[in-house]
Amino acid sequence: MQEAWRDFKGSHWREDINVRDFIQNNYTPYDGDESFLAGPTEATNKLWGRLQELQKEERAHNGVLECETEVVTGLTAYGPGYIDTSMKDLEKVVGLQTDKPLKRAFMPYGGIKMAEQAAATYGYKINPKFSVIFTQYHKTHNQAVFDAYTPEMKRARHAHIVTGLPDTYGRGRIVGDYRRVALYGIDFLIKKKKEDFANCGSGTMLDDIIRQREEISEQIRALEGMKQMAAVYGFDISKPAVDAREAVQWLYFGYLAAIKTQNGAAMSVGRISTFLDIYIERDFKEGTLTEEEAQELIDHIVMKFRMVKFARVPSYNQLFSGDPIWATLEMAGKGMDGRHMVTKNDFRFLHTLENMGPSPEPNLTVLYCSSLPEPFKLYASKISINTSSVQYENDDVMRPIWRDDYSICCCVSATETGKEMQFFGARANLAKCLLYAINGGIDVKTHEQVGPEFPKITSEYLDYDEVMHRFDQMMDWLAGLYVNILNLIHYMHDKYYYEAAEMALIDTDVRRTFATGIAGFSHVVDSLSAIKYAKVKPVRDELGLAVDFETEGEFPKYGNDDDRADDIAVWLLKTFMTKIKKFHTYRNSEPTTSILTITSNVVYGKATGATPDGRKAYTPFAPGGNPSYGAELNGLLASLNSVAKLPYEYALDGISNTQTISPQALGHTLDEQKVTLMNAMDGYFDKGAHHLNVNVFGTDKLIDCMNNPDKPEYANFTIRVSGYAVKFISLTKEQQLDVIARTCHKRL
Amino acid sequence: MTKGLIHSTESFGAVDGPGIRFLIFLKGCNMRCKYCHNADTWSFDSAEEWEADALLDRAERYKSYWRKTGGITVSGGEPLLQIDFVTEFFMKAHQRGINTTLDTSAQPFTREAPFFPKFQELMKHTDLILLDIKHINSAKHKALTGHDNANILDAAKFLSEINKPVWIRHVLVPGITDNDDDLILTREFLDTLKNIQKVEVLPYHSLGADKWRKLGMSYPLEGVEAPTDERVINARKILGG
Repeated sequence: MQEAWRDFKGSHWREDINVRDFIQNNYTPYDGDESFLAGPTEATNKLWGRLQELQKEERAHNGVLECETEVVTGLTAYGPGYIDTSMKDLEKVVGLQTDKPLKRAFMPYGGIKMAEQAAATYGYKINPKFSVIFTQYHKTHNQAVFDAYTPEMKRARHAHIVTGLPDTYGRGRIVGDYRRVALYGIDFLIKKKKEDFANCGSGTMLDDIIRQREEISEQIRALEGMKQMAAVYGFDISKPAVDAREAVQWLYFGYLAAIKTQNGAAMSVGRISTFLDIYIERDFKEGTLTEEEAQELIDHIVMKFRMVKFARVPSYNQLFSGDPIWATLEMAGKGMDGRHMVTKNDFRFLHTLENMGPSPEPNLTVLYCSSLPEPFKLYASKISINTSSVQYENDDVMRPIWRDDYSICCCVSATETGKEMQFFGARANLAKCLLYAINGGIDVKTHEQVGPEFPKITSEYLDYDEVMHRFDQMMDWLAGLYVNILNLIHYMHDKYYYEAAEMALIDTDVRRTFATGIAGFSHVVDSLSAIKYAKVKPVRDELGLAVDFETEGEFPKYGNDDDRADDIAVWLLKTFMTKIKKFHTYRNSEPTTSILTITSNVVYGKATGATPDGRKAYTPFAPGGNPSYGAELNGLLASLNSVAKLPYEYALDGISNTQTISPQALGHTLDEQKVTLMNAMDGYFDKGAHHLNVNVFGTDKLIDCMNNPDKPEYANFTIRVSGYAVKFISLTKEQQLDVIARTCHKRL
Repeated sequence: MTKGLIHSTESFGAVDGPGIRFLIFLKGCNMRCKYCHNADTWSFDSAEEWEADALLDRAERYKSYWRKTGGITVSGGEPLLQIDFVTEFFMKAHQRGINTTLDTSAQPFTREAPFFPKFQELMKHTDLILLDIKHINSAKHKALTGHDNANILDAAKFLSEINKPVWIRHVLVPGITDNDDDLILTREFLDTLKNIQKVEVLPYHSLGADKWRKLGMSYPLEGVEAPTDERVINARKILGG
């Protein structure tokens, strides 16, 4: 330890696992600009060139290069893999999920049928013996969930009033503190977990004690497995990293353990930038590392994050388009002591988008506040303008709640690194819930009685008070059902698909949040506004169900900084969250909610009939917390102001907002554009808004890209969509059209 | 108290004066520029009526985005046709500490009463003028806009005399306003002024054509393409933009 920790300051972190304390005692804030940065090395260019060839092949193979069919994934299931074996000495950071680049592992624990179906979609057949093993001899998470579902839950799931449930794939959103591997080495971590095991319970074997003892044992086994996994690549990670290169490699091995064992929807990397900078700065002082070499390390670990793949079923791809894995990685932010946490390494991570071009992964996230150093804000703005690959989240609203060492565990959801985990899942379709309120719980698409059999609203024109009364009752039902579905899923996930490797890198006394979500937000707000401020006449079918709506008169819409509509938005969020909180949540987790749909706004919308705001039946919802398409009539800032009114305290899981701005609207020159974007974000976040996805391009570029996907300049053309980034060419046509349909903020 | 006749407002303007600005488009214009992209602002019909204070309240909802440089820009239409309102509006804006910018073609300008004293009063409350010089050649100016440019150039001279900061804007239309000789003459004129902080060359675009059609008029520049990057760079070089 002495050698590895030479010159590091502070004491608490030496005795106990406390990476935050280590960072606060040792990081070097950087106030300068980007002029120190180095370009890509020859090795980086060669490896990235090869990887781009592989990605091209992957696209030519329908999006999947190869699927494993014979070996079940595990920490040491597959031999070592390299981007290109002939160039393996060039890789400063090694380790792949399988034995070949971009090859997708066989991960049956979430559900064997899904694993088989995913492989079959791309022309691969899983060895049939596994079907026997994972149905007759070993149960999977998916089977367990369906063993316990009630008929009502299945109906709700089928009707898409609750959608995107993690019952067919890993729940994800658990961020192991991968930095611990570098700072402490595995042996120290095992020692600490063994102490926890020895002190777990008083001998009385209650459910929670039994479960915790079993989980700690699983975690220790995973830690042992990580050592073996690293040994396959010729590294001994039992001891702490002694220099920057080892720190990067050790940390990556921690993450690799997670992505070898779990196919969670979101597999975030966490807040690693400032941490790694400490090692780089020490090497600089010792004269053992140059800026070129430091950048190369960051480029190479980022290249690895760009390679993470899971085999997904088609229904998953419809929900979360573009093969995302949310390798979310944070930078900047401020400490509790008021010092900003921008380091040179934050510039290096952003610079990977220049050295290797735009990319959706890792999901680079700037923890933003207006008081960060201006040169950093301007550089981030510049990278956004040139690559549309960065998202911003408001450190000023998150820090008071999650302190100064939180990570983002998916798109927008904060979690204190190494201290917390999340039970996440799905979204409640509140637009459909409103239709159920009007139609007495009957789904207009299937004519099934999905919700409780309340009386239908039969008046010629909808009465606001009556609708609100019914909607309130229907939301009570939905909130309770939704929470209970998640309780059931997470119970089974813990039991059959436990994240031992990630949890091994999190404190044993973990704090758990229970993250629900809302879909159709803007459509409910505008619909209620229409009913309140205009006259809405339902068009009823022969069964008396309102299948369409005729609206007479004008009504205020969310997205125009008009309090009449925005107050309804705030009311809706607070009401839903308050209802969620009434129910028991699994393992005493703390309930939260998000207004975040990712690309699932398209699928949810397709399952939902016409709404009183004028949205046509079975057309996409607006994504996340965004106002509806065409609703925004007063420009970008009016729209931002509306979203900024939503109180983060009621949506601690995050409020995503995606905006596209044409470069010409930001200014005539890049220098002007940078300043404008920075000012806009300063203003937005100072108002207490939570999140902003920034896209800078014109619709003409999107249309050209959709029509000419093979143009070389579009190979890596990345756009931000509701909390993550995707390559535009990897979206389904439907989603491409949806993105194009959203108005660009561009004044004539 | 005078009410403003407003066409529309825009919360996010980043290319109409310094920084991020709240834009107010006033109704009414006497010019009939062939490339006008706001033809729907020409008449005073169907205007929204706003009082200065209410409009400032609306603008200040975006103050948080203005930071050190932004503020409000009054554009149009031709704002000087509502000079009484604009003066009151800017005066009250200054009372609230808001930076004011006037985007004008100066077509109503004259050194005669009653306009001139009003204009002098307005200038007391105006931080920056965005002055359109549509064409340096008076005959071509008339062909393009329906008015000659003598009083417009005089306005520029007056603004120089009182040392009021001005950004010159020139819309570059292929075949109409991108002639090198005319651009050089424009530059020579600008060289006689001492208050020009910036020259902006705005490439012509046809996105306003639709508004003409909606108003039942045929678009005079049908078929004219946006200038090439090369021509834009050339114009910027000559004009010093």
